[in-house]
Parts: sequence; structure tokens; C-alpha cells
Amino acid sequence: MKCDIVLAGVGGQGILSIAAVLGMAAVENDLYLKQAETHGMSQRGGAVQSYLRLSDNPIYSDLIPAGEADIILSVEPMESLRYLPFLSKKGYVVTNTTPFVNIPNYPELDKVLGEVKKQPHHIAIDADKVAKEVGNSRASNMVMLGAASPFIDIPFELIEDGIRKIFTRKGEAIVNLNLEALRAGRKFAEANR
Amino acid sequence: MTKKLLLGAEAIGQGAIDGGMSGVYAYPGTPSTEITEYVQENTVAKERNIHREWSANEKTAMEAGLGMSYAGKRAMVCMKHVGLNVAADAFVNSAITGVNGGLIVTVADDPSMHSSQNEQDSRFYGKFSMLPILEPSNQQEAYEMARTGFELSEKLGVPVLLRITTRLAHSRAGVETVEPMPENTGSLPKDPRQFVLLPAIARKRYAGLLEKQDSFRESAEKASFNQYFDGEDKSLGIICCGITYNYLKENYPEECPYPHVKLSQYPLPEDMLKKLEEQVDEILVLEEGYPLVEEMLSGFFCRGRRILGRLDGTLPRMGELNPDHVANALGIKVKKGEKAPEVIANRPPALCKGCSHHDTYKALNLVMEPFGDGHVFSDIGCYTLGALPPYSSINSCVDMGASITMAKGAADAGLFPSVAVIGDSTFTHSGMTGLLDAVNEKTPITVLICDNESVSMTGGQDSAALGKIESICLGLGVDPDHLHTIEAHPKNHDKLVELLDREVNYEGVSVIVPRRECIQKAARRIRAEKMKSEQNA
Ligand SMILES: Cc1ncc(C[n+]2csc(CCOP(=O)(O)OP(=O)(O)O)c2C)c(N)n1
Ligand code: SF4
Repeated sequence: MKCDIVLAGVGGQGILSIAAVLGMAAVENDLYLKQAETHGMSQRGGAVQSYLRLSDNPIYSDLIPAGEADIILSVEPMESLRYLPFLSKKGYVVTNTTPFVNIPNYPELDKVLGEVKKQPHHIAIDADKVAKEVGNSRASNMVMLGAASPFIDIPFELIEDGIRKIFTRKGEAIVNLNLEALRAGRKFAEANR
Repeated sequence: MTKKLLLGAEAIGQGAIDGGMSGVYAYPGTPSTEITEYVQENTVAKERNIHREWSANEKTAMEAGLGMSYAGKRAMVCMKHVGLNVAADAFVNSAITGVNGGLIVTVADDPSMHSSQNEQDSRFYGKFSMLPILEPSNQQEAYEMARTGFELSEKLGVPVLLRITTRLAHSRAGVETVEPMPENTGSLPKDPRQFVLLPAIARKRYAGLLEKQDSFRESAEKASFNQYFDGEDKSLGIICCGITYNYLKENYPEECPYPHVKLSQYPLPEDMLKKLEEQVDEILVLEEGYPLVEEMLSGFFCRGRRILGRLDGTLPRMGELNPDHVANALGIKVKKGEKAPEVIANRPPALCKGCSHHDTYKALNLVMEPFGDGHVFSDIGCYTLGALPPYSSINSCVDMGASITMAKGAADAGLFPSVAVIGDSTFTHSGMTGLLDAVNEKTPITVLICDNESVSMTGGQDSAALGKIESICLGLGVDPDHLHTIEAHPKNHDKLVELLDREVNYEGVSVIVPRRECIQKAARRIRAEKMKSEQNA
């Protein structure tokens, strides 16, 4: 098993919570993992990415080579496009459709989503809306993880366990909410893949 | 043995604790900050009460680390690459004094300048100071080097430079850890004059440092961190420094056909490299940062063995390397993804909504408008984002503290008004001495110390300046009539404009302190307080 994921978003959107859950699941599954993050300047509302590599063989590079990513998992639509050079021909773009507009020249959303839809394998989901329906708009990152989960070769229960472990400090209610968000994302992806 | 998922920086923090460290001394700086933050949060470090407070700057950190070593205990000093410029005086001389307790100086370089003004390569400082350098290839090795580096330092009698780069510092992987060693009990140096660098003593100690070079080389030759691998195809030999070894292995996960050396401890292991040189036609040097090894091997006239790397164009001359660069250098076909579509706009970093720096720049821009562009010197921190639209307020950002001193120099040259914008942490890092120069000469400058009660750019650490700025300024001799504090808030816009207008036109030193807590720091504080009260309830 080998799964290379580019996580994308905007500084402050908390993409690392996705990485934390997957990391936990990978460790429980005895997988090797490397995860390169963006810290520093660009965390102030700039474009941020994290390279997450999972494998049952040792992983060498912290960076994903061009054209080799299996998934681009983006919590913001324009950001999902920025990393297309990393995506393999068979790879999936899984993106939130709610834009994060903090620049004056943000392109027309239709054009952005048009580019996403040009991708042969894509899941475009309004994670903010789904999260709200589940009960908390702040769980949108877990909706996104759920939407990507069918393409990640880790048993779904282990990802659920990852959520339990990561959020346990915040109490039972938060854990359940995030689990529901995860499941809602997965359901959408299974229906729309 | 336990396995933990750690950033490279965190692995170093854990390694240092497990290696019997008694104190970490550091000033925050990307990508080194997480080392100290990890120690600050660590249970063993808390139980042992390992020193883990932030220092005012890298020089004070380096000197305090050396003091702990003098007293026989193990210390680590951490900083980003440009921090070593600030600490350089102490660092270079610490090679001459040598150590008593083990001393590791961990410096995190930032090739590609993800969050920095330059991409200087700290290995040059190590070579210049004639000190051993450790350069881990992965998180596990980073842990091992931090853990065993104190012993190495004690054995060789000098500080050891541990050099990492952004990719390793900020990448997570599983790290196997062992039980922590006990700390040293503490002891004075055997030679009471070891640390007294009067010329006569310094000459002796320098001669001693020169003599020790062979033992440093021998240590590198035998180090398990350095390895020689044979290969069938002798047309090329490869030297991989630090994490570049991973990029070679990424391209040859099974077996690399060329003889190669994994290099993670310097000075260069001469025998190992000679063995490689004798076998192969050409040598490719893979190194993150400047072409240090490549330059050493190429020689001035570049005769003899062809050395390939960043200098001859086989690899890019600047920026961080990646597996694709290395594949290209080896003639391996690189896969290509699709081009990023043109619709994508750049998304540069920006000040947070509600940040107090907005209020300062809005007022400053109004006041400076009649004078035209080019009068405002600034510094390094979140407020540097005032260089970008919509404000475009500032005309410089060079090194920490340079706003006040550059404003002074420009004022000396006749620029009026001459304004400095500096943050609270930057002010206590390196701004105070420059302000003293200006006070002593009554130079007509206006200094804005933007006090957000936080070291925000690096993640909101506690600022050494907290609650002290006015008394520092008064102590330095700033005229109380020209020292003003004001809450940086939209409601005070008119007041701040009026104040700035008055002081910018004053022909002496004036200091204005726009103050309001960084909203990110405030949010974190409130969250933590809430969590605490919930736990207590
Ligand atoms: C010599 C040196 N050390 C550390 C850094 C990293 N650094 C950049 S900005 C900054 C924080 C500045 O804090 P402050 O002046 O309070 O401004 P703020 O970010 O809070 O607005 C630090 C530590 C650096 N660039 N140079
Ligand atoms: S982190 Fe704090 S100081 Fe930096 S931009 Fe945001 S609010 Fe301002």
C-alpha cells in the first residue's frame, strides 16, 4: 500500500487536523508515515500545503515527487488547483467548494469549479454546508477527510478511531459530531464518485 | 523503546531531553521554534525543571548555553539560520574556549526562504569555526544526534553544530525513543583559565583547536551517521549530505547502481571520500543549501575529477532540492502532472482581520502622505506585512533591529522625517541599543514600537518585552514628553493620527507605543482559560 496526499488550504483553515487524524490512523495500522507541513509566514492567510505520505514500506523523501500524488485533498477550491502538477494521472481531486476569499483578485468561482470538474477523477463537495447540516460548521475539515476516505487504503474504522483519539480531550459531544461529519463526507463521495 | 510521531524539530527536543540536557536556550525563529516549544510542553522536562524559557535573542541564548556548559551541565542552544549571525561572536569564540558540559548548537536553515530573508547555509559557520557538524538525514537520526551529541561534544571538548533545514524540521515521522539519561551533576572546568580568552591564553587554546581537527575528522570517519555504499556502475559517485540522501533513495528505493556516500557528520571524512574518488569517473554532490562540499572538492582550477552539483548547473544554484531535481541530475525521467491552470491567483500572507497593526498603518499612512514615499524603515515580524498592499507603508526589512538604526543613519544623512516601525519582541531582541545611539545623539527620528504583547510571526510566544517597554525607553534616556503609549484600536484612529503628526515633526527622538494584544494570541489565551475553568468545574 502506498498513498501520497497533498493537503491544501489557506493558513488558518486548520488542514493539519486532517493530517493528525490520518497520522493517528496510520500509526495504529503499522504504516510508515511522513508528513511535511507549512509553518511560519504563510500561516497568516497565505496558501498552505502539507505532503502526507503513507506506505507499508519505508518512505524516504518528505516531499512528494511531481505527478505522483494519489489525492489532492483541499479544503478550498482554488487551492486544490494549485497542486495539480503533483497529481498522478490516476489521482483524485477532492475539494471543498466553499471559497475562502481573502484576496481582492479571487477568480470567479464558476471558473475555479469549472477547472475542478475538468479533472477526470474529482469529488467537489460543499463541506461547509454538509458540516452545518451535521450540526457544526467547524467540522468541515472532517467532512473533507470523509470525502477522501474511499480513496485512502486504510480501514474506515481506523480513521474513526483516529478522530476519537484526537478529539477525546474536547469531550464526547465533539467526538460524535466529528464522526458524523466524517461519515457524511464519505457518504457523499461514495454516491458521487 | 516507544515510537512517537514527531516533527524533525520535536525529535531534536526529545533527543536532547533523553540525552540528559539541563537547559535549552533559544529565541524563536522558523523553522527552529518547535524544538524549544516541545521541551516547554514535555512532562520529563517539567519534572526535571529543565531550563526552557525563551531568551531575549540568539546571542544571549548562546552565551547562557555556554555558561551552563561551563558549569558542567549539558545545554542546547536553538535558533534559525540568521539567528546565528546574531550569536556569531559567542559561537565562533566558543570553539576557542571549548566546553565543559556538552553543548549542542542547533541551527535550522531555510533554503528557498519559506519564512526568511536569505538562505544562508550554517555549515559555513561550522567550518569557519572549525567545529564538528551533524546533519541528520531523517527524524530518527535527528533524535539520535540530539541524544548523543552532548557526549560527542564532551568527548571532543568543543560545541557541536547540529544543522537541519526546513523540510526536516517541519516534517513528521515515527521516531523510536529510549529512556532519558540522567543529567550531569555539574562541575567547574578543570582548567580555571579555559574560558579566559586573553590573547596569550586564546593563542594556546586556538592552537589546541587546530590540533584537535584530526580527532574531529577521525570521529566523522568512524561515525555511524556516515556510510559508504558500493555500486556496480563506476561512471558516477554520489555524495549525499543530510536529507538529500532521501531524495537519492526516493529515486532508487531498491538499490542505487552508483557508489555513494551518505554524509551526516563533518568535517569531511577524507578517507571515505577518497575511496569514492578512486573508484569513479565523476562525482555528483547533493547538498541542501550552498555548495559547500562541492566547492571544497572542485578546487580553484577544477582540474582532475569532474565534480557535478549546483555550481556546474547539474542542480539548481539556489533553493531547496527535491526528488525531481535529483532525478533530473541522474538522468531519470521525471513524471509530470498537469500544469496548474491560469485561473489561480496568488495568495500571499496578510495581516489577520482585527490585527492591531492595521490601526497603526492606517494612521501612519495618513500622516506620512505629505512627505511622499521612502521615509519609513521597518523590521521583522507580522508588521512587515505592512510592506504589501493595501498599506505599502514601509521601505525596509533587513535584519532584526535594523529599523531604528537605519532610520538613524538616514536621519544623519538629512532624511526628514525618518520613522522606524518595530515590534515589541524585535525591540528587546536588537532595537534597544540602536535607540540608545539615537538618544545619545538626539537624532531626529520617530520610533513606533508596535506592542502586541506577543512574538506573533513565529506563533505567539511570550515576549521578553512584556510590560517593560516604557521603562526601557525611559531608562535609555528617551524624553518622557516624547514617549507616548496609545491603544491601537479603530476608536483611537484620530488620536493616533494627531499624536503621530506631532511627533513625526519633532526634531529629536520620540517613541510611540501603539499597544493591543495580538488577536490570535488573545484567542488562544481565552481558549486555554476556558479549558482550564471547564476542567476545574
Ligand atoms: C535574528 C532573527 N531571529 C529570529 C527571527 C525570526 N522572527 C521573525 S519575526 C519574529 C517575531 C517578531 O516579533 P515582534 O517583533 O513582537 O512582532 P510581531 O510578529 O509580534 O508583530 C521572529 C522571532 C529572525 N527573522 N531573525
Ligand atoms: S498573528 Fe497577531 S500580530 Fe500577526 S497578523 Fe495576526 S493578529 Fe496580527
